[in-house]
Amino acid sequence: MTLSYMFAALLFILGVRRLRSPETARSGNSLAAIGMAIALGVTLLDQRIVSYWEILVGVAIGSVIGYVSAVRVPMTAMPQMVAAFNGVGGGAVAFIALAEFYQIHIGQVAGDRADVFFILAGILIGSVSFAGSAIAYVKLEELFLAGSVTFPYQKVANAGLLGAAVLLGINALAGGPLPLLSVWLVFLIALTLGVLLVIPIGGADMPIVISLLNAFTGLAAAMSGFLLSNEVLIIAGALVGASGTILTRLMSSSLGRPLNKIIFAGVGASPPAA
Amino acid sequence: MDQQLLLEIIIFVLAAVIGFELISRVPSLLHTPLMSATNAIHGIILVGALLVLGASESLLTTVLGMIAVIFATINVVGGFVVTNRMLEMFKREPQKKRRVRRVRRRV
Repeated sequence: MTLSYMFAALLFILGVRRLRSPETARSGNSLAAIGMAIALGVTLLDQRIVSYWEILVGVAIGSVIGYVSAVRVPMTAMPQMVAAFNGVGGGAVAFIALAEFYQIHIGQVAGDRADVFFILAGILIGSVSFAGSAIAYVKLEELFLAGSVTFPYQKVANAGLLGAAVLLGINALAGGPLPLLSVWLVFLIALTLGVLLVIPIGGADMPIVISLLNAFTGLAAAMSGFLLSNEVLIIAGALVGASGTILTRLMSSSLGRPLNKIIFAGVGASPPAA
Repeated sequence: MDQQLLLEIIIFVLAAVIGFELISRVPSLLHTPLMSATNAIHGIILVGALLVLGASESLLTTVLGMIAVIFATINVVGGFVVTNRMLEMFKREPQKKRRVRRVRRRV
C-alpha cells in the first residue's frame, strides 16, 4: 500500500515536471491523473473502510458536478472555475478535520496532542482557502463585491480574529473547557477570515490570489496527511504547497505586481491615492 | 517526539524541496495550467475523505465525511478536466506553426 502511494507520488512529480514545457504538458496532466487513480484505488482497499455505499454515492455526486461544470465552463471563465475547485478542496480538508476531532472527542479514535494540532491547522488553513476561494469566484463572476472592498480597522479586525482562533485552538489543545465548541468556533472564525482577506483585493490580481489559496489548500492537505498518517497526502500536499508558493511568486513578478502589495492592498494605513 | 511523526516530517520537508525545485524558470504561458494541475493534485485529499467516510460510525461524521468526499471528488475530477481543456486550447497553435516551418524548408 505504501509502495503504491510512493508510485502515485512519483507520477505526480513527473507529471508536474512535464507540465513545464508546452510540448509535454498534456501528457504531464495525464500522468498526474493516473497517479491519482492509483492512490484512490489503493485507498479503497484499506481495511478500515467498511461503508462502501456512502462512498459510492459521494463520489458519484462529486464526479457529476465536477465533470459537468468543468466541461460547460467557457474558456474565459477558467480562473473562477479553478478557484471553485480549489475552494471545495480546502473545504474537504476542514470537514475531514472536524469529523476526526469529533471521533477523538467521543473516544472512538485515539488521538494525542499532535493530532489535535494538525486538526486545528487543517481547519484553519482549509477554511481560509475555502472561504477565500468562494469570494474569489464571486468577484470574478462579478456577482457582487466587485472591486476592492475595504472598511476601517480591517487589519485590526483580521489580526483580532486570528488571535481569537489561536486562543480557542490553544484551549482545545490544552484540554480546556468546551473543546468541541472551541473547534467549531475556530472553523467559523477561519471562514470569516478567509472572506475578509480576499474582499479588499481587486479583480485584476485575482489569479495570483487563487494561486496563493491553491498553495494553502496543498498545505492543508498535508496537515490531514499528518493527522491520518497517510504518506501520499503528506507528499502531494507538500508538493502543491511548495510549488504553489513559488508559482504565486512567479506569477506576481511576471505581472509586475509585488506580492505583499496585492495581499495588503487597500488594507494599509494610508488611503488609496487614486 | 515519536518516530512515526518524525519520519512524516522528513517526508514533508523532502517533498516540499522537490516542489520548490520543480517550479523554476517556467514560461509564463504555462503559469495558469500549472496552477490548475497542482490544484487537481491537491484533490488527493479525497484519499483522506474516503478514509473518514469509510470508517464513519456516527451520523455527524457520516455527514461531514460525505460533504468532504463530494467536495474532494469535485476538486479531482473538475481539476483534471479543466487542466486538460486549457492545455488542449494552446496545444494546437504550436503544431500549426511547426507544420508551416516544415513546408517552408521544403520550398
